Amino acid sequence: MEVFWYIIIAIVLAVFFILDGYDFGTGIIHLFFAKDEKDKEVIAKSAGLFWDSNEVWLVTAGGMLFMAFPTFYASAFSGFYLPLILVLWLIIFRAIGLEFRSQFKYQMWKDIWDASFGVSSLLLALFFGIALGNVVRGVNLGGVENGVSVYEGHYFFLPLWDSSFSPLSKTPGVIDWFTIIIGLISVVTLAIHGANWVILKTNSSINSKLKNVIFKLNIVLTALTIFSLMIWQIVNPNSLDNFIDKPYLIVFPMIYLTGLIGLFFIKKIKKDIYGFVLSTLLILGGITSSLASLFPVLLPSVNTVNEPLTIYNTAASEYGLSVALNWGIIGFILLFVYMIIQKRLMGGKIDKMDYGH
Amino acid sequence: MEDMLFYDRLQFAFTITFHYIFPQLTMGLSLLIVYFKGKYLINNIEEYNNAAKFFMKIFAVNFTMGVVTGIPMEFQFGTNWAKFSELTGGIIGQTLAMEGMFSFFLESSFLALFIFGEKLMGQKLHFLTGFLVFLGSWASGWFILATNAWMQHPVGYEILDNGKYVLENFSALFSNPWLLPAFLHNQLASVVTSSFVVASIGAFYVLRNKQTEYGRLFLKTGVVFGLISSLLVAFPTGDWNAKNVAKYQPASFAAMEGIFETEDAGAEIVLVGQPNMVEKKLDNKIAVPNILSFLTYQDWAKQIQGMDQFKKEELPDNIPALYYSYHIMVGLGTIFIGIMALALFFLWRKKLYNSKALLWVIMFLVPFPYIANITGWYTAELGRQPYLVYGLLKTSEGISPTVSSGNTLFTLLGFVALYMLLGLLFLVLVGKTINEGPKPQTH
Repeated sequence: MEVFWYIIIAIVLAVFFILDGYDFGTGIIHLFFAKDEKDKEVIAKSAGLFWDSNEVWLVTAGGMLFMAFPTFYASAFSGFYLPLILVLWLIIFRAIGLEFRSQFKYQMWKDIWDASFGVSSLLLALFFGIALGNVVRGVNLGGVENGVSVYEGHYFFLPLWDSSFSPLSKTPGVIDWFTIIIGLISVVTLAIHGANWVILKTNSSINSKLKNVIFKLNIVLTALTIFSLMIWQIVNPNSLDNFIDKPYLIVFPMIYLTGLIGLFFIKKIKKDIYGFVLSTLLILGGITSSLASLFPVLLPSVNTVNEPLTIYNTAASEYGLSVALNWGIIGFILLFVYMIIQKRLMGGKIDKMDYGH
Repeated sequence: MEDMLFYDRLQFAFTITFHYIFPQLTMGLSLLIVYFKGKYLINNIEEYNNAAKFFMKIFAVNFTMGVVTGIPMEFQFGTNWAKFSELTGGIIGQTLAMEGMFSFFLESSFLALFIFGEKLMGQKLHFLTGFLVFLGSWASGWFILATNAWMQHPVGYEILDNGKYVLENFSALFSNPWLLPAFLHNQLASVVTSSFVVASIGAFYVLRNKQTEYGRLFLKTGVVFGLISSLLVAFPTGDWNAKNVAKYQPASFAAMEGIFETEDAGAEIVLVGQPNMVEKKLDNKIAVPNILSFLTYQDWAKQIQGMDQFKKEELPDNIPALYYSYHIMVGLGTIFIGIMALALFFLWRKKLYNSKALLWVIMFLVPFPYIANITGWYTAELGRQPYLVYGLLKTSEGISPTVSSGNTLFTLLGFVALYMLLGLLFLVLVGKTINEGPKPQTH
């Protein structure tokens, strides 16, 4: 049952990163590439119409994590206290940027909220990548100092950085040179994803230019991916064990690879949806590969005193998990129905859609 | 340690107070939108349709605010109340996850369709999407109240040797005797807020002599809904809740009613007075004998336990704040009934639209239902103290063990600054929408 809920939550999280990922990416594209007002407006709109329903996936993933793995929820949320609160603030700045830009016609007003939307999208993409880097690297569970736990073994508190900025430190911080690399991968991936979304949903004048941008970013992403795989071996020498034990898990990195290779042909791709599918594969493959390499660990320990947090030592009771499965199935069926209805009514390009006034 | 608890509580209190400004309007307003839209389907009068769309604009701004201030609420269970989450997540995680699954997805999917889809869908389907938004927002209230009801009156659980609470009976979470009265009371109170908002905007238009046909429609609707909901909030739902507190949390009941000493026979009801915690009495008290016993037990002479019957550790830790919250809520609720009854009388005599003085009162009444709603929640939450889970888990035992008070103060200050900005923008935007009015603009 733990495994089952682990998979459900992984799917919900992956969907969150795929959906909200495109509107983070849209923000990055907006920040760097949208120049004239018409493009700015329509690009902001392509995120503004959808961001709130996308963020519901985050709320649901949070709720499910709380329900199924309460000890992990408690430990991780209090341990990553500062970065999480910063994420909350950025989410707020991004949302008000999107909701307020078209309320008044003054250029200065629009510039303020465009910056708010773009910069917080960029930082959120970076932070979510850094968060993934932290989970892969592990934390100093129990706050061990000189071989003794300061807290209960499943609690920790992470400073924003450790003076060494090294993932190999005994007390690594949120930001170090490894997590920064993962953060950059996230920014580049979501920028590609966002560019594909803009191409798919709008008729902006920069669409053709964006294909070129995707191509170049994809080269950067390939280099970053290879580099990160190398340093991952230094940070966690056992990172490939799961793939050797269970060779079928290779399917997840293959998903990532398919996306990565496919995107090199972006300029030849005729149907816009294929580009978007490829960057979706990138996100899906990236997240599932990271999770697969850790499984069944949720959060590794960088010390030898305390055990890592796993799905088994942090789960709620068997009864709770199975009763939740019943309502979960009903919920997903309903959700599926809503999505079909929404897709049928709000598919296609959004340029003509009336929004914000 | 003391500081940590204080800042954690202050941050939660501040962020939830600010957050609850928004959902209380969206929940109640969604009902009124369904009413306007439904009425339009029947009578085909264009004003009703425009009214529904106009209030959906205000709804949408509130919904956005509710989302962005709501995510911090869910996160704070983990960030600031980690021990509480670890111990009880197996239970309250159920209701919170269900809220995401059954209410937010419904609400957010169909809100977009309601706002953008009128032409695509036709009128009947448009009404249906509005109804589904209403259903989603009320379901959200249901799951949050189910969560809170478990904290007020825990049921269906088992405590393991390691202190963890595990779910033993899922359906007990929803048949909890605390839940239904609290839910109905809360939802009706949100209808009070939204009716008063509708009436207030109506009074504004009539007084300003602008879009008066809408002003009159809003006034009429707001006053009728306002009076019905104000009455139902007091009786039977408010009464029912008070009886629950008396039954399940007698120490809180004594504190909120301001009964310091147990009387031999019937207990008096306090109308005015200030708790004096040194001398353990009420200063400047005005009270009516025996009424409280009658209201609570339908028996004039029934004894009610005063605070002297409880140990200090069992009593709420801030008795004056609890007492004031409760009395402000009840006092305002009573005034609401009076004003709305008067307005309805004037409406019936066809004098309301010309009664300037009354219209001014209705227009400026708008902050008070918000205050009543929030003090109502303070009554519930302060009354639950010193426990997080009533009778079982102390608030001081629930905080995150690794987050220092300095960090919490930092984030609290950040939230205060950010929410000030957010509040300002919200007012500008709602003000702009109200100023433009429901009449379709000709481009």
